[in-house]
Amino acid sequence: MHAPVSWLRELADVPADATGADIAAALVRVGLEEEGLSGGDIKGPIVVGRVLTVEPEPQKNGKTINWCTVDVGEHGQRVTEGKAQEIVCGAHNFGPGDLVVCVLPGGVLPGGFEISARKTYGHVSNGMICSARELGLGDDHDGIIVLSTLLGAEAAAALTPGDDAIELLGLADEVVEVNVTPDRGYCFSLRGIAREYALSTGGVFRDPAHLDVAAANDDGYAVNVTDGSPIDGVPGCDRYVARIVRGVDTTAATPQWMSKRLTQLGMRPISLAVDVTNYVMMLLGQPLHAFDLSTLSGGVGTRRARPGEKLTTLDDVARALDPQDLLIVDGDDRPLAIAGVMGGESSEVTAATTDVLIEAAHFDPISVARSSRRHKLTTEASKRFERGVDPAVAAAAAQLAVDLLVTHGGGTADPGVTDVDQRSSRGPITFDTTLPTRYVGLDYPQDEVVGTLRAIGCDVTDEGVAEGGVVVAVLPPTWRPDLTDGPDLVEEVARVRGYDQIPSVLPTPRAGHGLTHGQRVRRVVANTLAQQGLVEVLTYPFVAPGLFDALGYAPQDVRRRAESLVNPLSDELPLLRTSVLDTLLEALRRNVARGQRDVAVYELGLVTIGRDEPSKAPVPGIEVKPDDETLARIRAAVPDQPRHVAMAAAGDVERGGPWGPGRKVDASDAVAWALSLGTALGLDLVVTATERAPWHPGRVAGITLQDGTVVGYAGELHPKVTSALDLPARTVAAELDVDVLVAATGVPLQATELSTYPPAHTDVALVVAEDVPAAHVEAALRSGAGDRLESVQLFDIYRGEQVGDGHKSLAYRLTFRAAERTLTTDEVSALRDAAVAAATERTGAVQR
Amino acid sequence: MSGPNKQYDPVEVAALDPAVIDQAVADAVAAIAAADSLDALKAARLAHQGEKSPLALANREIGALPPSAKAEAGKRVGQARGRVGQALTARQAELEGERDERILVEETMDLTVRAPRRPLGARHPISLVSERIEDIFVAMGWEIAEGPEVESEWLNFDALNLSPDHPARGEADTFFVAPAGSGLVLRTHTSPVQIRTMLDREPPIYVLCPGKVFRTDDLDATHTPVFHQFEGLVVDEGITMAHLKGALDAFVQRLFGDGIVTRLRPNYFPFTEPSAEIDCQCWVCGGQDPSCRTCGGTGWIELGGCGMVNQRVLRAAGVDPERYSGFAFGLGIERSLMLRHGVGDMHDIVEGDVRFSRQFGMEI
Repeated sequence: MHAPVSWLRELADVPADATGADIAAALVRVGLEEEGLSGGDIKGPIVVGRVLTVEPEPQKNGKTINWCTVDVGEHGQRVTEGKAQEIVCGAHNFGPGDLVVCVLPGGVLPGGFEISARKTYGHVSNGMICSARELGLGDDHDGIIVLSTLLGAEAAAALTPGDDAIELLGLADEVVEVNVTPDRGYCFSLRGIAREYALSTGGVFRDPAHLDVAAANDDGYAVNVTDGSPIDGVPGCDRYVARIVRGVDTTAATPQWMSKRLTQLGMRPISLAVDVTNYVMMLLGQPLHAFDLSTLSGGVGTRRARPGEKLTTLDDVARALDPQDLLIVDGDDRPLAIAGVMGGESSEVTAATTDVLIEAAHFDPISVARSSRRHKLTTEASKRFERGVDPAVAAAAAQLAVDLLVTHGGGTADPGVTDVDQRSSRGPITFDTTLPTRYVGLDYPQDEVVGTLRAIGCDVTDEGVAEGGVVVAVLPPTWRPDLTDGPDLVEEVARVRGYDQIPSVLPTPRAGHGLTHGQRVRRVVANTLAQQGLVEVLTYPFVAPGLFDALGYAPQDVRRRAESLVNPLSDELPLLRTSVLDTLLEALRRNVARGQRDVAVYELGLVTIGRDEPSKAPVPGIEVKPDDETLARIRAAVPDQPRHVAMAAAGDVERGGPWGPGRKVDASDAVAWALSLGTALGLDLVVTATERAPWHPGRVAGITLQDGTVVGYAGELHPKVTSALDLPARTVAAELDVDVLVAATGVPLQATELSTYPPAHTDVALVVAEDVPAAHVEAALRSGAGDRLESVQLFDIYRGEQVGDGHKSLAYRLTFRAAERTLTTDEVSALRDAAVAAATERTGAVQR
Repeated sequence: MSGPNKQYDPVEVAALDPAVIDQAVADAVAAIAAADSLDALKAARLAHQGEKSPLALANREIGALPPSAKAEAGKRVGQARGRVGQALTARQAELEGERDERILVEETMDLTVRAPRRPLGARHPISLVSERIEDIFVAMGWEIAEGPEVESEWLNFDALNLSPDHPARGEADTFFVAPAGSGLVLRTHTSPVQIRTMLDREPPIYVLCPGKVFRTDDLDATHTPVFHQFEGLVVDEGITMAHLKGALDAFVQRLFGDGIVTRLRPNYFPFTEPSAEIDCQCWVCGGQDPSCRTCGGTGWIELGGCGMVNQRVLRAAGVDPERYSGFAFGLGIERSLMLRHGVGDMHDIVEGDVRFSRQFGMEI
């Protein structure tokens, strides 16, 4: 919301030397946010000019510039050289005869942009013809200002070249721009801003709504306010003031002062009737609508739209109406407008209009908000109604509009005044005046609390409350629909004293539990991988429907069951990942594409397992705790989202250098990374031979807990996957379920006592068939060797003639140790033989 | 060699002549001194201390002397052998010292070559900042609460007093999970975790809710549709806005530096009342530099929103607002990272380029 300082001065006592910055600071102090400050830094000569000649000159760069001469009156080159001002202009929306705004050499535009005569495109340009944006009048930069368009032909006709445009357009006036939060709808008006300024400074506020308002009578225009289906029991319209002005010259010029103010607010003056309604809205915050009375058939009213109804709105869009849209209709029940949003074309005030019906109504914020959103139509009116308009100001707003049309359009006000007022009365808030002190932690004496509430317009009494106590009854002002409970009033008390007065007191909870076991495990997982050379990345969880085919998932694979979004960022990525690898692989690819040959990345994050039988999550509404059954249904509808960790790597895992060549990452690295997480958590993970997409069928290992619970998979990606996803050949990857690791740990591990007796080592070489996994052989050795086996280490795999085709020889070092004495050679041999026997029995191993 | 002298008669034995002995010692010392390597010294040792050396031979002749002469000759030869032995030991130490020096020189490596065979990896700085923030609050006695990213609409909106007509609920900001009307969204803030916490446990509650959140913004230099937030929630008896300010002040001092304080400005959020915007003093210029790039010369940096938990929210989460009050705040982790570490472009944070994470290492 823009607030010109000169306008503000009319409504509040502003010290003569107060700058725009001072005013902004005063407003910020009571809770408005400063968005900007413009004006005040402009300097003449900036004058009205009449374009005399325009010579288009095409340039080498493809642009065409206009070499113009402009009559700027007794200024510039007329004075120094006796000729018209010569200016180069890049815009094309004007021609000879047009009145424009020229800044001449020596002038300064907003932002301290100083203008001088300068050589450009082969000419000396003596100034500039200005656009609205260059003058700080909004964002319009489509072309230069043509004054007959900006101010209207009639106003423009009264101008003479050389007239001061700074005064004409109010350019010298500082304009404070503030951001209005959704609870402060009343600040979408000069009336509201001035009220806040007075509150902040303790000065006087002159309410522009205090004017002589004609009393309602029975002679006014027929208004039939109905609502067949109120939203949440709130009628769509609870007040409708209708006034008529007859014999208005709607082509009459908008007065200069009004055009100037509208321009300062970033609005374009259009016609008298429109400008008057906009002006009143900006001053009082009450959106108005002007109808051409002759297009209405005896009366107006409100009702909800009917299915299939249509309305062409003022923006020339034919809109299909929704049964929830509140409409303004005429006596024949014909739709005229979407209430509080936009009027219709059929009843628009035009140059031919003589009799005008002014509507000043109060509509349900929710109803307006829904219509606005449904039709994707945000207007100055809908913006205000959504945030709450003062329902008490309607009659004054209509009166002011009537007065202005009479004064400037030569009309006559009808004596009939309609005011359908169906507002429900608002009850007071029972308020404990000690609440601000208790809620804020700063002492607010009772007289300050009551004084502040009165200053913001509340009616504070002790009616109906216990006598002599600290509890009072507070009736908020009509323009503050946002004040509904105690804390709302606390905020008013706190902001008027100032939030800067609130002390800083550290809250002291009882001793906390620290991080949970799961949170600590995640840090261990993340740090363990980073310490082994992997780099953590964080990816977006959005994936393409074709990804699961590219990953080679079987048709019934549960990982195809992805949740999807109604409104994805990109239509190509509508699904949510079911594995972290889904999106991590793309991060790997991007790194490789950016020239990183050797990359190892990992990510810890949630994945979403699509619901088997989706249930709708109930949405029971605000302020009330749902019953247990509803809460259970809400929770149950949320899909499972386990936390996974995934790793992916390509290129060298050990770098080449002065010490020798590098080593390519391979499937065993992925398995080692996966197992390292178990080691880091004191968990003995098991590696099993398996097959699993998207991995190479012969180079993937399953990682499980001792009890067989699957933790995840690791290995080399399937060649088809690397090729489909444009990844380097032999990319390796792993994905583990961190929640499983968390669940499997957390019970304090019980230490094994260490034996100080010497270990005994013995080596065995076992020949097995090629397809026997080493892990099986090792498991058999362990089971056969018994408790005294300390470790089993595979130190060599041999394939060749001596073991025969289709076989391999696995060489193991077994280490035995007893807790209570040194083992004898015979004992060690016996243990080894037992281990080998178990391996032979379970895997067909033959000792070499 | 002479046979044993049984007659006790003095016999002249040439090898035991003092002059001969002295000469043998002199020869040995000269040879030892001349030895220029450990190998040469070994040869000298063999020649002058070995079994065939003149002094060894002389020693054997002592037996042939009459008892009266034995003592003197033995003493002479013993002293001579002692002198040779000392010379050998000294030279041995000298040569070994030289050898050790030489080996150290020969073993010199050029350690300015920076080429680790297995480079260390790195954490993502968002994770590191997040953990740092978690630790700050854990140190104050708070706990870390978490929840799902695909969340129910009721927990994400209604429970927080965001009615169905609130603008933030429209498609403009929120990702909705299909099918339309499923009642599920990608959470737009971590506030549903606050609600879950209040539903699941009794006050006093002191929790921080960090996590990933989603809004339908396009990725650009300062926005990302997927980002990270941390929200704080305190619900206890007698909690005031002064406690809110105290917690925020303590937090910014731990993260940005001692002496930094926050400033609260009135604002509006549906889930808090009273509500405030949180500004933090500029830790770079302290408000002293009008051209400061961190704060834009204002001396203050916008951090997020906060306020006293709206009583409607407490009621929706089953907390009695007559007995308890609470405060909540929400700040962005990306923004904290960008401000604290001068990250200029959001793309670097979200694109997963390993070069970005590697700059930060494992701790920030």
